[in-house]
Amino acid sequence: MYLWLLAAGLTLVFGVLGVLNFAHGSFFMLGAYAAFTFYEKLGINFFLSIFLSLVSVGIIGVIFERFFLRKIYDIDLPYQLILTFGFILIFDDLVKMIWGGVAMIPPMPSFLEGNFSILGRPYPFYNLFIIFAGLAVAIVLWLLLEKTWWGRMIRASASDREMASAIGINIPVLFTTVFIFAAMLAALGGALGTPVRVVAPGIGTAMIIQAFVITVIGGLGNLKGAFVGALIVGILTSYGILLFPIFELFIIFVVMVIVLLVKPEGLFGK
Amino acid sequence: MKLRILFLAALILFLLLLPFFGGKYLLYMAIHICLLSVFALGFNLLLGYTGLLSFGQAGFFAVGAYASAKILLVTPSLLLGTIVGTLAGGIAALILGFLCIRHTRIYFSMLTLSFGMMIYSLAWKWREVTGGDDGLVGIPRAPLQIPGILHLDMSSMGHYYYFVLVISIIAIFVLYRIVHSPLGLTLKGIRDSENRVAFAGISIRNYRLLAFTIAGFYAGLAGSFLPPLENTVTPPIAHWTHSAEPVMVTLLGGIHTFSGPIVGSVLFYLIKDIIVRYTQYWLIWFGSIVVLLVLVFRGGIVIFFTEKIWPWLIRK
Repeated sequence: MYLWLLAAGLTLVFGVLGVLNFAHGSFFMLGAYAAFTFYEKLGINFFLSIFLSLVSVGIIGVIFERFFLRKIYDIDLPYQLILTFGFILIFDDLVKMIWGGVAMIPPMPSFLEGNFSILGRPYPFYNLFIIFAGLAVAIVLWLLLEKTWWGRMIRASASDREMASAIGINIPVLFTTVFIFAAMLAALGGALGTPVRVVAPGIGTAMIIQAFVITVIGGLGNLKGAFVGALIVGILTSYGILLFPIFELFIIFVVMVIVLLVKPEGLFGK
Repeated sequence: MKLRILFLAALILFLLLLPFFGGKYLLYMAIHICLLSVFALGFNLLLGYTGLLSFGQAGFFAVGAYASAKILLVTPSLLLGTIVGTLAGGIAALILGFLCIRHTRIYFSMLTLSFGMMIYSLAWKWREVTGGDDGLVGIPRAPLQIPGILHLDMSSMGHYYYFVLVISIIAIFVLYRIVHSPLGLTLKGIRDSENRVAFAGISIRNYRLLAFTIAGFYAGLAGSFLPPLENTVTPPIAHWTHSAEPVMVTLLGGIHTFSGPIVGSVLFYLIKDIIVRYTQYWLIWFGSIVVLLVLVFRGGIVIFFTEKIWPWLIRK
């Protein structure tokens, strides 16, 4: 489900801003580190620390969009990719500078600990919590995009930027808000993921690749596709490791290649 | 023109004399620069000349590296390792390229990225063949020998440097001829206007596949330089972050010049070497340089030099 949160932001930014953001995984990483710091180091309430981590990553997102990303909307793809890749390098090293290069395992909040059983097999309670959080985000996103004025503006500028601007939509501001929102989604994924994953400097580059796979499978810029893609990748990785342990990672790229070759616009593309 | 030949001659002389005044570390760096140059030049045939951005070149690099490592572990013959590594990279590119060139732009990048990551996951998990995350270790720096004709010991860094340098210069020269041949012009034509070239009766797919394969050969060659140098190969060389290296140095030097990737490779190691003296967090600074480059002089260093600095110097 945190894969879904990450991929949702990535696909949203691509769909609206037209930029494939390599550094999106870094927001995931920053979110994880920030939540870890607020919760473990400063002893702030679990939910409050998640909220604080969203706010801090949101602020980084504003700076990133305003001063850098904005300059490259109209240039060639290689330069866009390489600029955002440059930021991966910067964020990765910043994290190493501030938190050190060692992987950390954050503790689980006590009220989310424990297991419950389905059909006699135990499941950790925290997984259920994340699944519900992911579903909640999916519903909120859908409502935001379909039912609000902001969502309508986003959809309008995604389908025709010039026309949207001509009817009076303030595109630069809209883009900034979309970008902040996407960065916060990634940070939420990172923050929610912290109690069950390690927090280490390399997680940004590892996550972004999975997010790429998901968005490609679902169709670049397609939110519904990203949701299904996240499910597919999640299931493939968890069952893949049982069925063919050697090819666990291999198999998701096979799926990605097949989708790209057969239906490059993704499973849910038009 | 005369100036250029003079400059080239001086450069080659300098490179040949390097072992006489440079230490082991300098030679080690120089070998890495040659390796990255060859890698990036092949990549730029795709990006700069054909207009295809590949994010999976590390995969072919790794195929070359692992193939040559395997050969060197069985028969200690440097030349055989290099040849097999190069061929392996090229053949892998030919096979996968057949699928990759079906798309252009972002879908091409995504396809190459996923094939590269497939190779990475194989290198990482297929323990019987690749040694898993330990990689292959204890690869000898085998002597260069052609039975009955030649036997050169490679155990000193200086000798190996000469080997890499000579092969790299040959490879660079061959590529220079390729891009200045009708083939190179056709590729440029495809980059600039796909339809026009197609209307001229040229099979775009075949040419793209050809460019992809040549880039694969160069990645394989660069990869095969690595095992004898480091004595090991490990999976990270196939990871997509390694694919970004030729992209960065090529953009650093400039994609629309032949020498761009070479200049970029030299600068890459130079910048790294200078920053690492002051801080271990050199990637922050390198990342910032990359960002600045994209925002300020997108043509790359070579164009910046030939169009801005050089005329300015001449005016003075």
